[in-house]
Order: sequence, then C-alpha cells, then structure tokens
Amino acid sequence: MKIVYFSWLKEILGISEENVRPPKNIKNIKDLIKWLGTKSIKHRKVFLKSKNIRCSVNHQIVDKNNKIKNNDEIAFFPPFTGG
Amino acid sequence: MIKVQKQRINVSEQNRNLLKKRIGAVVNFIGVARPLNNSGKIKYIEIEHYPKMTEKKIKEIEVFASKKWKLNHCIIIHRYGKIKPGENIVYVGTAAQHRNNAFKACEFIIDYLKVKAPFWKIEQQNNKKTYVKSKKKDEKKIKVNY
Repeated sequence: MKIVYFSWLKEILGISEENVRPPKNIKNIKDLIKWLGTKSIKHRKVFLKSKNIRCSVNHQIVDKNNKIKNNDEIAFFPPFTGG
Repeated sequence: MIKVQKQRINVSEQNRNLLKKRIGAVVNFIGVARPLNNSGKIKYIEIEHYPKMTEKKIKEIEVFASKKWKLNHCIIIHRYGKIKPGENIVYVGTAAQHRNNAFKACEFIIDYLKVKAPFWKIEQQNNKKTYVKSKKKDEKKIKVNY
C-alpha cells in the first residue's frame, strides 16, 4: 500500500511517500490512521492531529470510514488552500 | 481548457483565446500573490499540488460549470511552485452568450477551485514559513455536489 503525504504532514515526517503493509485487521482509513500513528514519534505527531487531516484513496476524496485495499494509493493532507 | 503549470500565466493570450470565440460575454478572474500577511512582508509563496489528482478535480469543476451555465468556452490555469508577490497564481476565463452566465460560472469555478482542487500554499517570509490555513467562509460557499 502506497501512502503519500503533502504540506505540513510531509515536512514533519520528512518523507513524501512510503510503502506500508498494515496488518489484516486494518480495514478502513480510521484504522490505518491509528496504526500509522504507532510507526514513529513523527507519525504520532502527524496523526494525533487527524481531525485536520483529509485523505484520498486512488485520487478520490473519501471519509475516514472508507475501506482500503493492499494496492491502494492513499494520500493524507490538510484542507486545500489553492486559488 | 485546463492547465497546471509552473510558469507565469499569459493573461492577454488567454483573453484573446476567449475573444476569438465571437460570443456575447467574456469574464475572467486572476488570483494574485499578496505582498503582505498579518505578520508582515511575504518574500514569496510556494504552491504544492497532487499531480495525479489536480487536473481531474479541476476538470470536474469545469464540466459542471460549463453545463450549468451553458459556457461556449472555459479556461482554467493554476500555477504551482514559487510565486513572487504581484505575480498571478490562477486564471479563470469564461465565455458565454450572456454576461450573467459568464459571471456566475467564473465565480463558481474559483470558489470551488479553492476548496476542491488539491493545492496547498506556503507563505515564506524572511525567517518564517507559514502553511496557509483553509478558511471556513470558503468552505461554507460549497453547496453543490457534482
């Protein structure tokens, strides 16, 4: 599973993407956020603020109950600020 | 027509492209990088985007607006990378038979771009970098799901 990060999430983590293999009981975005938050101190810092984080699965914006699969590209980012 | 690009937007060229269509009304919006924020002078802003998703999200907005307001033509260009104060950031141009539709579509497109297209801004000052936060008032404008 490919995880992509943008904006301040990328800066705190020091990486723009990573490949992960979550355990089988990780079924949706909410589970994934909890699990990713245990990966490192930096991850914990990022995912503690998960209320301010939006996400997409395969380039579609989804909510945190969205189910996930092993070959998904999942992105985490703050609300958009273009224009 | 949609473009996501690093270089400055040639506004005159885009307006000429819209005027070529020989229709009744052309409206455009140009977003410009501000020289100041609440804590002082801005050296430059930096815009990041999600390449695999950006054009797709802009296209959804363009398709919806073009259909709803019967546009004859629509141009949306958004920049990314480093942008200095005074430079353009985004261009929205709409062409329709009548001004009302061109105005409404242009306003809709820029409002939805702000909230639905995956861009993130940083304001760089002398010794400070700020991630721009989204505004509640922008999110409140979003009422249509397409």
